[in-house]
Amino acid sequence: MPLLLDIVTPERKVFSDSVDNVYLPGADGELGVLPQHAGLVTALQPGELRYLLNGKVVTLAIGSGFAEITQTHVVVLTDMALGEAEIDIAQAETAIQRAREELHGVDHSMDAEEVAFLQGVIAKSTVAINFKRKSQS
Amino acid sequence: MANLRDIRRRIKSVKNTAQITRAMQLVAAAKMKKAQDQALGGRAYSKHLLQVLYDIRKNFRDELHPYLEHRPGNRELVLVISTDKGLCGAINTNLARKIQAQTSPQADFVTVGRKLRVLCEKLGRKVIADFTVRDPVPFGETRPIASFVGKQFLERNYDKVSIAFTNFYNTMRQEPKVVTLLPLQGHRPDEDQAFEMIGGGFSLEAHKSDPDRDYEFEPNPAEVLATILPLYLNYEVFQAHLEARASEHSARMVAMKSATDNAQKFIKELTLEYNKLRQGAITSELLEITTAMKAME
Repeated sequence: MPLLLDIVTPERKVFSDSVDNVYLPGADGELGVLPQHAGLVTALQPGELRYLLNGKVVTLAIGSGFAEITQTHVVVLTDMALGEAEIDIAQAETAIQRAREELHGVDHSMDAEEVAFLQGVIAKSTVAINFKRKSQS
Repeated sequence: MANLRDIRRRIKSVKNTAQITRAMQLVAAAKMKKAQDQALGGRAYSKHLLQVLYDIRKNFRDELHPYLEHRPGNRELVLVISTDKGLCGAINTNLARKIQAQTSPQADFVTVGRKLRVLCEKLGRKVIADFTVRDPVPFGETRPIASFVGKQFLERNYDKVSIAFTNFYNTMRQEPKVVTLLPLQGHRPDEDQAFEMIGGGFSLEAHKSDPDRDYEFEPNPAEVLATILPLYLNYEVFQAHLEARASEHSARMVAMKSATDNAQKFIKELTLEYNKLRQGAITSELLEITTAMKAME
């Protein structure tokens, strides 16, 4: 029984294929999905997504977003999905730096959405850096 | 009939025009490629987003999230995405016509792009805000637009928010479209139409969804919707900009190409006329010489 996994970011479709299982960083903690899972829609937080394809575990660092799970499908919509090779630590660090500076400049009581967005940038860049460091060591 | 010098001058000026339109065509072609790629690349995300919303729509209730709330009033806000520059065929005119046909005559406007803002002002419609978006479209510049119209809706200044833009199909075909953005349509039992897709490609027939399928929500429906619906608003507005940009550059490329072709055709006709006149002039000159010779004999 196949489980179709789609990972989509605003720029492109990152992945679309049958996999054996998927682990997602759900809002309430990690969430494992096997075929025939009950229908579920969950928010995602920045973290690691793992899936098993042809006996090999592949891990991606993903940003926030949400996922729809049905018996045969998992659709992951996120603002970032990077493999280990695609992560540039220096670039991620400058992104964090820039977001922190901007966060300093915005009025937290006035522009809640901007604050949330910048905090999202920091969170997902941190996840990307940690993931890269972990897989290198 | 014009004399030789006049025709020569006209040929020169038409040649200049052709050179300019050709340069503009090449510039538009390069931008078009980029804009089209961006628009097509963004479609997967907005399509999946709508599919998920469509799948879970029977769980929606008006009180679950403010973006779902249908209000009795009909004050409408229209976000219009037109172009800053002209010379792009009829896309702005077509869009204006579509807006007049499909939105309420009392609607207020938020505009992106100079062309239709000027028109709105000329028609005496109220423009409550105007934005500019660079090229190629950065997501960071459409987000404030989305949050602005979202805020207008949440603060109950308006009961309905629509978005008017030119949908991109291919280089030769772009069509104006008006889509209701807020409140989210198509999820009530009395509404059987699908969510309207920005960019096309999502139809109910193609997306086989089991209406009785039950979903669980983690942590709970309200929080999941609080994650998805702002994304919906942001990315639909973003995608509409991508579509509009791809349409604009495609339309401009086509318009400039036909202008270049017309100029070339015109040069051909003028050259023909010029040569005819020149020949005529030589003939009559010869005629004069021979007549003079005959007269002297």
